[in-house]
Amino acid sequence: MTSGTGPRGRPGAGRGLPERGLLLLLVLVLLEGSVVFPLGAASSPDVDPRGHSEDRAVAEESQNYSKKAFPVLSLDYHHIHVPFEIALWVLLASLMKLGFHLIPRLSSIVPESCLLIVVGLLVGGFIKLAGEKVPPVLDSQSFFLCLLPPIILDAGYFLPIRPFMENLGTILMFAVVGTLWNAFFVGGLLYAVCQIQPGNPSDLHNLELLPCLLFASIISAVDPVAVLAVFEEIHINELLHILVFGESLLNDAVTVVLYHLFEEYSGAGTVTILDGVLGVISFLVVALGGVLVGAIYGFLAAFTSRFTSHVRVIEPLFVFVYSYMAYLSAEMFHLSGIMALIACGAVMRPYVEANISHKSHTTIKYFLKMWSSVSETLIFIFLGVATVDGPHSWNWTFVTVTVLLCLVSRVIGVIGLTFVINKFRIVKLTTKDQFIVAYGGLRGAIAFSLGFLLEEKHFPMRDMFLTAIITVIFFTVFVQGMTIKPLVELLAVKKKQEAKRTINEEIHTQFLDHLLTGIEDICGHYGHHHWKDKLNRINKKYVKKCLIADERGREPQLIAFYHKMEMKQAIELVESGGGFKPPSALPSTVSMQNIQPKKPAAAKPVQRALPQLPKGREEEIRTILRSNLQRTRQRLRSYNRHTLVADPYEEGFSDFIIKKQKIIELEKKIIHMNNLTLPAAPPDSPTLCRARLASGTETDFKPAQQQKGKQSSPDPQAYRPKRDSVPTIQVDLASPQSPDSVNLMDEFRANGSRREEEEDQGLTMRPRGEDGRREQLTRCLSDPGPSADEDEDEPFLP
Amino acid sequence: MGALQSLPGEPEYVDLAKKTGFSFEQIGILHKRFKQLSHNEDTLVREHFRKIPDLESNPIRSQIIEAFFDRRNFRQNGEGTVEAIGFEEFLVIMSHFRPPSLHVTEEQREAVRRDKLRFLFNMHDTDNDGTITLEEYRHVVEELLSLSEALEKDTAKSIADAAMLEVASISMGHMEPDEFYEGITFEHFLKLLNGFEIESRMNIRFLNMDTTTLFALSRVSKETCQHL
Repeated sequence: MTSGTGPRGRPGAGRGLPERGLLLLLVLVLLEGSVVFPLGAASSPDVDPRGHSEDRAVAEESQNYSKKAFPVLSLDYHHIHVPFEIALWVLLASLMKLGFHLIPRLSSIVPESCLLIVVGLLVGGFIKLAGEKVPPVLDSQSFFLCLLPPIILDAGYFLPIRPFMENLGTILMFAVVGTLWNAFFVGGLLYAVCQIQPGNPSDLHNLELLPCLLFASIISAVDPVAVLAVFEEIHINELLHILVFGESLLNDAVTVVLYHLFEEYSGAGTVTILDGVLGVISFLVVALGGVLVGAIYGFLAAFTSRFTSHVRVIEPLFVFVYSYMAYLSAEMFHLSGIMALIACGAVMRPYVEANISHKSHTTIKYFLKMWSSVSETLIFIFLGVATVDGPHSWNWTFVTVTVLLCLVSRVIGVIGLTFVINKFRIVKLTTKDQFIVAYGGLRGAIAFSLGFLLEEKHFPMRDMFLTAIITVIFFTVFVQGMTIKPLVELLAVKKKQEAKRTINEEIHTQFLDHLLTGIEDICGHYGHHHWKDKLNRINKKYVKKCLIADERGREPQLIAFYHKMEMKQAIELVESGGGFKPPSALPSTVSMQNIQPKKPAAAKPVQRALPQLPKGREEEIRTILRSNLQRTRQRLRSYNRHTLVADPYEEGFSDFIIKKQKIIELEKKIIHMNNLTLPAAPPDSPTLCRARLASGTETDFKPAQQQKGKQSSPDPQAYRPKRDSVPTIQVDLASPQSPDSVNLMDEFRANGSRREEEEDQGLTMRPRGEDGRREQLTRCLSDPGPSADEDEDEPFLP
Repeated sequence: MGALQSLPGEPEYVDLAKKTGFSFEQIGILHKRFKQLSHNEDTLVREHFRKIPDLESNPIRSQIIEAFFDRRNFRQNGEGTVEAIGFEEFLVIMSHFRPPSLHVTEEQREAVRRDKLRFLFNMHDTDNDGTITLEEYRHVVEELLSLSEALEKDTAKSIADAAMLEVASISMGHMEPDEFYEGITFEHFLKLLNGFEIESRMNIRFLNMDTTTLFALSRVSKETCQHL
C-alpha cells in the first residue's frame, strides 16, 4: 500500500524528536495527509500543500495523461476510491492501536477508547483544515451492518455462559427495567426542564414530550462497545463484568422498541394506552424473536459443522456467515440484531467447537478478535471524526441537563433496582458493586448512530440532540472511563482471579451442581439448579447426538477437562526439558506412588532403585505423547490440498518415506547383527514389544496410571529402567501410511541408528541433550486439540 | 393439610429458627415438605428419599441421602449414622445450604465457609476417619461419572488419581518417593478449595418471593392431595 511507505519513511527522518508521542503524531499527520491527498487529487485541482515524493510522481503521471494520446500509465482514482479509503481507514486504525501499545506509560493512564477518540478528532480536524469535506464515516448503515456485528459476535461467541445464566435475572432487570426507567426519567425531566424556561433565548420550549422521550431512549442505553473497551482494561471480577456487560447487550431490545415506538408517534403526537400495550408486546416480540432467530441459525451452524470434517478450510466461514445471517435476518424484521447474534454465538459454540478442528478453532478465535478490535478502533476514531464533522448546535441548558440527568437516573436506577434484586439474589450486591455498576454505565457509538438516523424533517432539533449525545458519550467515556480504574483500585473492588482451574475445583464444581440439584429436589422446590439439570440432560440426550459428529465431543465435562489438563501437563513436561526431569509445575513434585494406598512390599526395592522417576509418571507421559502426537498427525493429515497454510510437516513427504525405509532396513540389519554377536540381548526386548502393542491401540487414549498398580506382578510389558538405557521416543509426524510411526526404541536399536535418526525429520525426544530436536517436538505439541488452550481465552473478551 | 399449616411465630419454631437461622416462613415451607416426604410421619428414613422421583437421575444420589443420616452433619459433634431423622435434623441439614446474609464480617464468612466445606468433606469421607483416602476419592469421582453412558472406570480412577496427586502436591510440597500421602485432611481440603468461593456457591434459595416457589408450592400441595 502506497500510503504505508509514506508514514514509515518520515518518522525515520525526524528521529531527533525526543518523545515517542510526537513521533506517533507525525505518523498520524502523514497518514492523514495521505488520506486527504487522494481526495484532493481526484476531486479538486488544488494540490495538497504537504506534498511528498508520491505527490510529485503522481503529478507527473497526470501530466503524462494529458499529453499522450494513449496513456501508458493513467490515474483512475475513482475506480478504487471506496475500497482504497476503507483500507486507509483500517490501516490508520491498526497503526493507532499499534502506536498506542508501544507506549506503555500512556496505556496505563488513558483508556484506549479515549485516545482513539482524540485521534479521530485530530484526523477530522486535519481533514477540515485541508478544506475537504469530511466523509460521513459513521453513517448508520455502515455502523450497524459492518462495524457493530463483529464486536457483538465476538462477545456472544465467547460469552461466559455460566455466570451469565446465573445472573440472568439481575442482568435482565438492569437491562429492561433499568433502561426503561432511564428513558422515562431522563425524557420526562428533560421535557420539564425545557418547559420551565420560556425565557430561554433558544427555542427549547418548543420541544415536545415525545421527541424528548425519543432522545432519552437513545441516550439511556449502556453501550456494549464502550463497556467492553473500558472493562477489558480494569480486570474487574466476573460478577460485575457480566452484570454491566450483560446489561449493555440485552438492553438492545428495549432501545430498539422504544426508538421505533417514539419515532413512530412523534409524528402523530399522541400515544394511547393501546400503543403502550402494543409497545410491550412489541418488546417481547423483538427480544424473543431476536433470540429465536439467533438460536435457529446457531443450531444450523452447529449442524453444518457436523459435516465439515473433509473440508476443514471453510469451517470458520460457517460460523461467521451463519452469525451474520442471523444478525441480518433479525434486522430485516426490526428484531434485536444484537440479541440474535449473542444467541447465535452462544448456542453454536459448544457444538461447533466439538466438531471443528483445532486450527479452525484458532482461526475463528483470531478472526473474531481481529475483527472486533479493528471495528472497535474504527468506531472510536469515527466517533471523533464525526464529532468534528457534525453540524452542532450547542445548547448549554440542554446539554448540561442531559448529562446531569443521565448520571442521576443511572445512580437512582441502580440503587433502586439493587434494592429489589437483592431480595432475590443469593449473593447480594454490595454498595461497592452498585457503585461500579452505576459508574460503568458508559454510553457509546450505538447511541450516536441511532441519533444520526433521525430525520431532520421530523426532528428539527436533531443537531442539538446529536451534540448532546456526543457530549454524553464523551463525558462517560472520558471522565468515567478514565477514573473508573483508579476508583476500582481505591475501593479495592475484587479483581478477576487469574488462577487456573485445578482438577479438584472442577470435580467439586460438578459435585456441587449435582448436590444442589439433589437438595433442591429434596426440598421439592424447582429452582435454578433443577432446571439447569433438566436442560443439561436434554442437551446430552438429544441435542448433542444430533449436532456433534465425534464421539469424543460428547464425553462428560469432567472427563473432557481431565483430558485437556493431561495434555497440558504433557506439554509442560516436554517444554520443561527432556520429559524426565519433573517440570516446575506443582503436581509432579509428588509422584503417583506417594498416594498409592497399598504399596506391595515386593515392589519397593525396584522403586527405590528408580531415580526420581516413578514408572507411572513416565508411562503416563509416554502414553500422552504417543496418542496426542498421533492425533496431531491425523489432524494434519485431514487437511487436503485446499489447505492454505504450507505445513512444514507436509513438505517433503517423499523424504520421510525414503528415510523411513532406510531406518527399517537398518533395523533389520542391526537385529540380525545382534542375534549374531550379542546373544544375551533378547531380539525383541519388552519395550519394543510393548511399543508394538501400544501402537496398535493408540488411537483410543487411555491414561496410564491404571497400570501402575500392577507394578509388583511380573509384568512382561513393564518397563525396566536403567539409567543408561532410557529409551528414546521417536515420533514420525508425517509418515502417512505406517500406523506404528511412533516407536519406542530401546538402546540396542538406537545405538546403531542414531545417526540415521538425526537426519530424519521426524521428531525425537531424548532424556537429555538434543535441544534442537526438542524444539521441534515442542512446536508440534503446542497444537493440543480444540479446547486445550482455554486458558488463553480470557473468560471475558476484550 | 390445615393441621400442618403452622403459623409463623409458633413457639416450636422459635427454637428451630434460632438454631438454624431459617425464618418462620421458611421453616413452615420445609415442614410441609418434610411431612409430604415422610407421608405425615414424624421421621424420615432413607426409603423416603429414594422415592423422590427427581432424585433418581442424580449421579450422587446415594451420597446425598447418606448425608442426611450422617450424625456429623447435625452440628452436635456426633458420629456415625442414624436410621431415621426428625424434622429438626432435616432442618439442620438444610441449613448448611442457607445463603449467608448480606452483612457479615470476615470471620463469619470464614465460619460459613468452613461449615459448608465441612459438609462436603463429610460427604467424601465416608468412613469417618478424618481423611479422604484415595479409595474414597475415587469413589466420589466414579459416582460423579456414573450416569455417563460410556462409563470407563479407568478414566474415573485416573481422574481421581490426578486430583489426588494435585492435592498431595498442593498440601505437601515435595515428597520423597517412599513417603506416603495418607489422604486429604480437612485442613488440606480447606487449602485445596481456597479459590472456590464456596460460601457464595453452595446455596439454595429456600424462600422465593418469585413465582417458582408459588409454583413449587402449588405442586407440593397438589401432590399432597394426590397422596391423600
